[in-house]
Amino acid sequence: MKKLGLGSVLLAMLRREVSLALRQKGEVLTPLVFFVVIASLFPLGVGPESALLLRMAPGVLWVSALLAAMLSLQRLFATDYADGSLEQMALSSTPLGLLVLAKALSHFLLSGLPLVLMAPVLGLQFGLDGRALGILMLTLLLGTPTLSLIGSIGAALTLGVRGAGVLLSLLILPLYIPVLIFGAGAVEADAAGLGMGGHLSLLAALLVLSIFFAPLATTTALRISLE
Amino acid sequence: MAGANGVGKTSLLRMVCGLAPIESGEIFWNGTPIHAQADAYRQDLCYLGHLNALQESMTVYENLAFTAALSGMAPDAAQTKAVLAQFGVAGRDRQLVRHLSQGQKRRVALSRLALSQARLWVLDEPFVAMDEAGVRMLADLIAAHLTQGGLAVLTSHQQVDIGAIPAQLLELRA
Repeated sequence: MKKLGLGSVLLAMLRREVSLALRQKGEVLTPLVFFVVIASLFPLGVGPESALLLRMAPGVLWVSALLAAMLSLQRLFATDYADGSLEQMALSSTPLGLLVLAKALSHFLLSGLPLVLMAPVLGLQFGLDGRALGILMLTLLLGTPTLSLIGSIGAALTLGVRGAGVLLSLLILPLYIPVLIFGAGAVEADAAGLGMGGHLSLLAALLVLSIFFAPLATTTALRISLE
Repeated sequence: MAGANGVGKTSLLRMVCGLAPIESGEIFWNGTPIHAQADAYRQDLCYLGHLNALQESMTVYENLAFTAALSGMAPDAAQTKAVLAQFGVAGRDRQLVRHLSQGQKRRVALSRLALSQARLWVLDEPFVAMDEAGVRMLADLIAAHLTQGGLAVLTSHQQVDIGAIPAQLLELRA
């Protein structure tokens, strides 16, 4: 039997999450299809006026991405909780916070990254130009990992609670507001010639903050749920 | 550890693992309270509760490799095969857990003990859902663990003979 380093343990965790999700393809596809449908509903609802759509595009795409990323959050810990794997993780000699970080990273890879890649296609529908599409992708790339990390706190807090899905949304949507403001704001600020540096820096700062604090909060919530 | 249903055997085991909070008193491991050395204590601990901790849509081998990885070990395929054969579920390593029977799942969960390097085993009703041969094999495994200087804390409703090794019976009463 070989001994594993910390990096290999986290890699094993990540590989498990990704292969589990790929075996249930619905889990990866549902948020993506949801994102496409929601973003496509807006032009149908507000009419085909291109100036209005162009003005709305960053906000609409960001809100849709945010809701889509939230769809799969509830399952982040639920199956592991139900079958006892979460207990084993909590009793592992690997710090639980790092395992949580690996889980959040897998959530980003499976439900955040597909949104980032799909966003330019939807942006084209709204008539965004190449530069705006690039900025949109960049903000989503910086923002969606933060959504996964903050979401993991909510997923841990609502573990084993009835009606967890609704409660989860109520808990974490307010926490998503800063990410939404700076994410959608960057595209508009650039279009207005104000520069997007500030917005991107703040998004990156939110990401760094949540990488540090979210696993701590999630770990505490998980240990309470397991009592 | 013995006692009637609902008397608190599982709760006590979860406290021993550090999963449940302790209202009063202290649990020591190697002379130090367990909460003061959580990471070192978890390295010495292997817990098997009522839940099997097996993901239904992963294979038996993937499940065992993952829980071993959690404690920093990487068992090779041959070793896992041998352990599964010892537990009477030979040749199932590439099968999805979902396709196993309840008893087989329990056997796979228990086979973690043979792959674990932990000194302290905490087992909640390990003999439940096991046939006679399974009980015998598990009792021998625990006996072997004890003779190698290991410790085991377990709950059971049946008396199981583990040979001439000294054991303490704690009878919980409400």
